[in-house]
Parts: sequence; C-alpha cells; structure tokens
Amino acid sequence: MESAEAEPSDSRPEEDGAAPCSGLPPPEQPGATMEECLAKKMEITVSEAEKRTGRNAMNMQETYTAYLIETRVVESQSEGQCAPVDSLWRRYSEFELLRNYLSVTYPHIVVPPLPEKRADFVWHKLSADNMDPDFVERRRIGLENFLLRVASHPVLCQDKIFYSFLTQEGGWKEMVNETGFQLKADSRLKALNATFRVKNPDKRFTELKHYSDELQSVISHLLRVRARVADRLYGVYKVHGNYGRVFSEWSAIEKEMGDGLQSAGHHMDVYAASIDDILEEEEHYADQLKEYLFYAEALRAVCRKHELMQYDLEMAAQDLTSKKQQCEELATGTVRTFSLKGMTSKLFGQETPEQREAKIKVLEEQIQEGEEQLKSKNLEGRDFVKSAWADIERFKEQKNHDLKEALISYAVMQISMCKKVCLACERPGCCICRLTGDQMQTFNN
Amino acid sequence: MEAEGRVPGPPLPPPSPGSGGGAGARADAPAGAPGAARGPPLAAAAEVLSLDDEEDDLEVFSKDTSLAEVNLFSPSMPISPSSMINQYKIEDEPELRDLFITVDDPESHITTIETFITYRVVTKTSRGEFDTSEYEVRRRYQDFLWLKSKLEEAHPTLIIPPLPEKFIMKGMVERFSDEFIETRRKALHKFLNRIADHPTLTFNEDFKVFLTAQAWELSSHKKQGPSLLSRMGQTVRAVASSVRGGVKNRPEMFTEMNNYMETFSQKINVLDKIAHRIYKEEREYFNEMKEYGPIHTLWSASEEDIADSLKGVASCIDKCCKATEKRMAGLSENLLPILHEYVLYSEILMGVLKRRDQIQGELDSKVDALANKKTEKDLFSEEIGKLEDKVECANNALKADWDRWKQNMQCDMRSTFTNVAENNLRYYEECLATWESFLASQTVDLHVEADSEDRP
Repeated sequence: MESAEAEPSDSRPEEDGAAPCSGLPPPEQPGATMEECLAKKMEITVSEAEKRTGRNAMNMQETYTAYLIETRVVESQSEGQCAPVDSLWRRYSEFELLRNYLSVTYPHIVVPPLPEKRADFVWHKLSADNMDPDFVERRRIGLENFLLRVASHPVLCQDKIFYSFLTQEGGWKEMVNETGFQLKADSRLKALNATFRVKNPDKRFTELKHYSDELQSVISHLLRVRARVADRLYGVYKVHGNYGRVFSEWSAIEKEMGDGLQSAGHHMDVYAASIDDILEEEEHYADQLKEYLFYAEALRAVCRKHELMQYDLEMAAQDLTSKKQQCEELATGTVRTFSLKGMTSKLFGQETPEQREAKIKVLEEQIQEGEEQLKSKNLEGRDFVKSAWADIERFKEQKNHDLKEALISYAVMQISMCKKVCLACERPGCCICRLTGDQMQTFNN
Repeated sequence: MEAEGRVPGPPLPPPSPGSGGGAGARADAPAGAPGAARGPPLAAAAEVLSLDDEEDDLEVFSKDTSLAEVNLFSPSMPISPSSMINQYKIEDEPELRDLFITVDDPESHITTIETFITYRVVTKTSRGEFDTSEYEVRRRYQDFLWLKSKLEEAHPTLIIPPLPEKFIMKGMVERFSDEFIETRRKALHKFLNRIADHPTLTFNEDFKVFLTAQAWELSSHKKQGPSLLSRMGQTVRAVASSVRGGVKNRPEMFTEMNNYMETFSQKINVLDKIAHRIYKEEREYFNEMKEYGPIHTLWSASEEDIADSLKGVASCIDKCCKATEKRMAGLSENLLPILHEYVLYSEILMGVLKRRDQIQGELDSKVDALANKKTEKDLFSEEIGKLEDKVECANNALKADWDRWKQNMQCDMRSTFTNVAENNLRYYEECLATWESFLASQTVDLHVEADSEDRP
C-alpha cells in the first residue's frame, strides 16, 4: 500500500474543476479588469473628520473621530449630469473591522493596510497625540488611500461587504458579523506553530517571507533615522531664529550698519519659519513609506497562510500514513511499531478476529475519508498558491511603481527647498550674498 | 547712500504662503513660527532654544587645518579675491605694508618641570629700523602675554588686540589637543598682524624685540622693565583714582562710548552663543545624515527594480552630507573665531575706557586737592599741567583708535556674514545640483518604461 504524501505545492500544472472549500473565499468571478474596478465606476473620498463623543460598550463616555465617506457614481455616458453624492460617517474601528474581514475572507490577497493606529516614528516637534489635528488630517488621507486601494483591486473591489461599507450606514456592523468571518480567522498560535513545524513550504513563499521581513526592518530603520534627521534639521533652522532679535537690538546702537542688521535679522526669521512647511511635506513622504511598511506585514500574512495550509496538509498526510500503517499491521498481524495496544494484547491476550475486523473496517473508512480530504487539501493548496502568486505579482509591480515615485517626489521636494533659497539670493533687492569687493568698497565710502 | 548700511546675513527663502507670521513676530518667541496647530511645539521650541548660561561653551573648532601656506594676514581664510580685498580694506593699502608676520609650526617642548608649546614667528620687513629683512624666532604663549602687557603699559588708552585665552574652562578635555593648538595659533597670528597694522603700536620697541630677539635676548630684555615696586605703585595709584571716579568730569563722548560698549558687549556675547549653538545643531544634523544615506543602499540590496533609484538617493544624501560638512567648516573657520575675537575685544574696550577714566581721575583728584590747599599752588599747577596733558593725550589716542576700531569692526562683521551667506548659498547650490541630476536620471528611465509597457 502506498503511503499518502502531501504533494509539494510548487510544481503541478493547474487543474480546474473542484471548487475550493473552506480555506478560500466564496466562488469568485474572474478578477475585474481595470475598467470594471469599482474605483473607475465610483468616486470615493474621505472628505472630513469630526470629533465626536459618545458612549462605548461599557457605557463610558469616550471621544473619537468620525470620518465622512463620500461616494458618487461616475456616469460615463451622460456628460452634463452629475450623480448626487452619497455620504456616511465611519470611525477608525469600523475601518479596522472591514480590513479584518477582508484579510480573513481573502487570505491569498495582499490586503492594503490601514494608516497607523497610533502616531509612530514621530520626531520631536510632532505630536504623538491621536487627537492632534495634523495626525487626524494625515489619517484622513491614509483612510481615503486605503479605500481607493481596495476599490482598485481586481478581486477585493467586488466584495459586497466592502460595497456596503461605502454605501450603507446602518446595520453594516451586523452584516459583517453575520458572515461569521471571525470563526474562520486562524489563531496566531496555530500560525506560529506552523511556521516552525512546516517541512516543505514553497520556496517562493519562503523567499517572499524573507523579503517582507527585510523590507519591514529596513523601512522601520529608515523612518527612525528620518525622524531624527528631521528633528535635527528643525533645530538648525530654528536656532537661526534667535539671530533676529539680537540683530534688531544691535541695530539700535549702530548708525551705519543699522539697516543692514535689521534686514539680516528679518531674513533669519523667515529662514527659521520656513522649516515648518518643509517638514510637513516630508511627512507625506514618510507616510508613503509607512504604507509599504504595513504592506510588508500584509505580505507576511499571506506567507503565514500558506505555511498554515501547507502544515495542515502535511499533518493530514502524516495522519493518513499512520492510519494506513495501523491497518496494515492489524491485517497482517505484524507489529512494526511499539504500541500500548500491542503491549496490552501481549499481556492480556490477542483480540478476537471479530474485534480485529471491526477495527480494520473503521480504519478503512477513515482512510478513505482521509484520502478524499487530502486530495481536496492538495487542490486547495495549489489553488491558493496560484491565486496568491498572481496577486503577489500584481503587488510587486504596484510596489515598485509607488516606491519609485515616492523617491522621485522626495528628490523634487529637496530641489524645491534648495531652489527657494537660491532664488531668494538672486533677487535684485537681496544684497546679502552677491556683494563683490567693489560693492563693498562703495559701502565703505 | 542708503545701501551703505547693508550688513550681510545668511541667504533665506522668501516667506511661503503659510508662513506669513514670521515677519512681524520678532518681538517675542525667537521661533516666530506660524501655524495655529503648532501651539505646544512652539513653547517647546522656545525652551529648546533658550540659551542658558551653561552655553558658555567656548569650544573652538578648526576643521580645515590643511592649508599648505599660511595666508599673510588671515591665517585661515581661503585666498579668494573678495576676501583679500576685504582684508586690505581694514588696514592700510597693500602697497604701504612693510611688515609681514606669520605664526605657524607649533612644537611641543617637554622639560622636567613643564610641557609647553612654542610657535614659530616669521617676520619679513623692509623697514629701515630693522637690521635685516627677515627674522625667524620661536615664542611661547607666555611671551605673547608679556608683549600684550607691555603694550598696555605703554599705551593705556589704545585698543590692544585680544589674545586667545589661557585655557578653556569647560568643554575642553585636553589642554593640548590639536584643535586647541591650531585655534590658538590662528588667534596668535591675528594678534600680531593686528598690532602690525596699528599705526602706533606697530612702532613699539617691545614689539620689535618680540619679533626679532632670540630666546636668551628676549629673557634678558624682559627683565629690564620697570621694577616690580614701581609697577605696583602704578597699580595702587590707579586703583585709588578709580575709586574716586574720573566719571563725573567725563566728556560726553566717552559716556556714549561706554553705553555703546555695554550694549555691544551684551549683543556680541549672545551672538557668540547663538553661533556656537548653530554649529552644534549642524554637527548633530550631520551625524544623523551620515546614517541616513547608507540605509537606502542597504535597502537596495533587497530590491531589483528600484535598486537603482535607491542607490541614487543614497548617493545624493551622501553628497549633501559632505556639503554640510563643508558648510560647518566654513562656520568654524570664519564666523566663530571672529565673534569670539569681538567678545574679547568688548572686554578690552571696557578696560580701555576704565583706564581712561582712571587717568582722568588722577587729574580730577589733583585739581580737587588744589582747590583745598591754596598755599602749594605753584607746585600743584605744574603737576596739574602735566596731568592735563596726559588726559588730553589719552583722550585723543582713544578717540582716534575708537574710530579705527569701529570701522574695522563693521568691516569684519560685514565680511564675516557675507562669507557665511556665500557658504550657505554654495551649500544649497550644491545640493540642488545633486538632486537635479538624480531626478534627470530617473525621469529618463520613466520615459523608457512608459514606452515599452503595455498599459491596459
């Protein structure tokens, strides 16, 4: 009798047919093309944020921020007419619920991340307070970005719960909970266990796992250093602000130099103040990087799911093999492995042939069940790998495109900052840097 | 001429739309930043930036010690036309200079009793009163101190240039660190050259001896000064008359000078602190930047498609980092030493004004005495005559030197701040060029990609 094996999950040609069961989402239509994506059919914005107070589950007062989601159907045919704008309010926890639902329901998809829950990687002058208006503003943008990402995803955009999130204010939470997705969620402990014990994971996923770990580590490091650099830069600019007052006071006792000192002092103030805008722009760059920091976590989640499924498969195969072995032993009467049963039977006498027959029958049933299960798990696994990998390729392209753009926009920021200073010095009125020896001579006369 | 008064400061961007608050708000918080959202940070900013007394950090840094040839007047400035012209504006026309001095080559001497540093002082001159046209001697800090005190003795109301301090109280670990020696050397060089350019001091006999005498000659010359006793007597008299004032008959002009110096002294001290603080902040910024670039390189190792862009960014950041280093060097070579020199000058000037008052005080007390003792009128009147001459001389000397000092100060300040501004501008231009060339390389790639991709 051949022993059942877990098929290595990386080589078989795709088999269509058996519909995937519990590990995968409800039967999907083929992914939407770019034109069919929800994002193209509907304008989605998170346009406002508002502070609210209310009572929470424990009937205690709490303050939270609510975000206004506005949607408008895009009518491509009728040009002059504009559909009315629908809107509803959601708070961050509802976004979290949506994302959890999507992660569990589509474990093979790299689900777009939410903006951070708490302000992290803040540099000294930026507030770490969740109620801080700048933080709220950046979160608003992040949430809008999240919705747009989901709406442009070929698979996720077709999800009904997502659609209701955007369009149905009341009863949405109940709807989500009714899907029972929480039950499908894999426990962290199980996943951790699988990570350590899986024997034959797909090499590509192992590589991907390493990549996402590296990505997380390097982006965290980068963000930390960036925050420190921003802090220091802020210090440099702001100390220049101290010059202003001194020059002003000094100019009071100077006759010849007075005007010059005043003007220099004024320039210092302007210079010192300019850092605020500069750093605010840089925060957007940091946010772009953060998104991919969190995306790395989403990647990791897909890898974890694969490991879980693979481990499950391996366990099932192992179980099947051991059952087959037991069967064989009972049938032939040979004992290949030590077992308590074997010992007891030696001590207390053999079983009767009837008992043995009964056991063999039970085992044979189990074996048949097991083989069917193994077959379907294998199928599941292959389907998972196929669709996951498709999404991962899509994600890779998106990541490369976005990060390259982010780096370019960083360069553009630096350029504009330098240009401002250089141009300020070329202005006819600004005498500060363009003094030559001759001009100095004129001044001294 | 209105333009006359312009004093250069570092170049700055024009106010951007959101930052209008900066212009007018100079009265209170130095940060003066706009933006309602920045409430708490502003207070924090003011706190971060308050210059407390512990900032008495007189760390003097000299990064660029690599000049092969020491420039004639300025020990460390790059030999650029504008800076040369600025220097000569301060003193006589170049053609009239006939005394050129350099201080270099510090050497350590270790004896059983002490360790000390000597500096080589090279003098080139065309003056008749010097026996030859070139001299090379070695001097130690003590000798400079001696020279300064002799000059002060001989010309109590002239403004003698400052000497670098004996030693730094805080912030310096080792007295004889390379940085410390180099900074001192530059300051000593400046000291001697300022004396050489002074219309009166340049002809002082002790100065000549300082420049020309061999070691043993100098020691014996030093011993020839007025006796300890007579020097003490002078001090006692000076103290006595200072107690009595010399203030009540002080001419208006000198009261104005005093008031000016008090304010100037305050301001220059604060400026000195600010400049040091800026240097410190820039250094910390530089330290963080050093780490920033390499992270991008590290990242590029895990990537394929964006590896080039990441490496490009890393290289830009590294170049900007180097440019920051240059800018810092400019600060430490130019602004910091000048501000420090004028901090010392302000002390010197207060001292000079006091000495003038003391001389006046001597006269006043004699005049008062005369008013009480009519009988010894003749004796007194001769003395008083002498004292009156003395006072008049002192006043004139001070007045002339004051005008000269003021001019030099303004020139020095202008040129220093212009230099800082130019440095800043150069820094930004360099950074701009770096990022622009990176951007150009990226957009070329993007166009290539766009053409070859099959967009749905």
